[in-house]
Amino acid sequence: MTLKELAAGIEAEVVTGEERLGEKITGVYVSDLLSDVMGHAREGEVWLTIQTHTNVVAVALLLNLAAVVFTAGAKPDALTVEKAKKEGTVLLTTHLSTFETAGRLYLKQNEKAT
Amino acid sequence: MAETRVLLEFPVEGGNFPAAGEAASKVKKTLQKLGIDSDLTRRVSIATYEAEMNIVIHAEYGKITLQVDAEGIWVRAEDRGKGIPDIDQAMLEGFSTAPERIREMGFGAGMGLPNIKKCADQLEIKTKLNVGTTVDMGFYYPAKSKSEKRTT
Repeated sequence: MTLKELAAGIEAEVVTGEERLGEKITGVYVSDLLSDVMGHAREGEVWLTIQTHTNVVAVALLLNLAAVVFTAGAKPDALTVEKAKKEGTVLLTTHLSTFETAGRLYLKQNEKAT
Repeated sequence: MAETRVLLEFPVEGGNFPAAGEAASKVKKTLQKLGIDSDLTRRVSIATYEAEMNIVIHAEYGKITLQVDAEGIWVRAEDRGKGIPDIDQAMLEGFSTAPERIREMGFGAGMGLPNIKKCADQLEIKTKLNVGTTVDMGFYYPAKSKSEKRTT
């Protein structure tokens, strides 16, 4: 699944990183604890969270994540957007709940696999 | 004695959350420039990030030192701060002394030191109450090094 397909599937808006939407994702990780993400998320995965501060970009960058999706209508603060632009991190927002977002992506990924 | 190829120092400011992660990011970029194996770079980056966050969350100020030589990669995180009363307790997953407002940001889950232990091949913590803490981490080049396992 590409980031573009992912964005369409979860009714997401692109905040930053429009130029990277052709990239393929390797999976999805869901957590609001930064150390949990640091310990378990893998390169190329998309991270679903409601945390919106600048450290989210730092974590995404260190792990080479494909994108960060802010769920349940969470919007990244100005500093976060600025940092993401500077570092080339893809940020998306969706009004869908974390459960709905993860559920749709789970189905989408499995439908591709079968 | 192995020749030191790189020795860099990065200051870390306690309480400065917007800048937190910059030292780890610079360490990662340095290792990438040196052409270090990507899995190893990832382990060093994660451990450095956690050590940096510990300084930001718990200490007044500190610094991260990166040394790369023929033996491996060595990261030292030292701070001036309150120290760790009980290191064994601090190593337990889930144990945290971070204040509530910091936990609300998604930090202080009690996974920092356990994450470091998982990533580093060598770990030594020295601490003195109301003076500070020094965390020494060592990472070996592939073959001698442990590979990261995903624990779920």
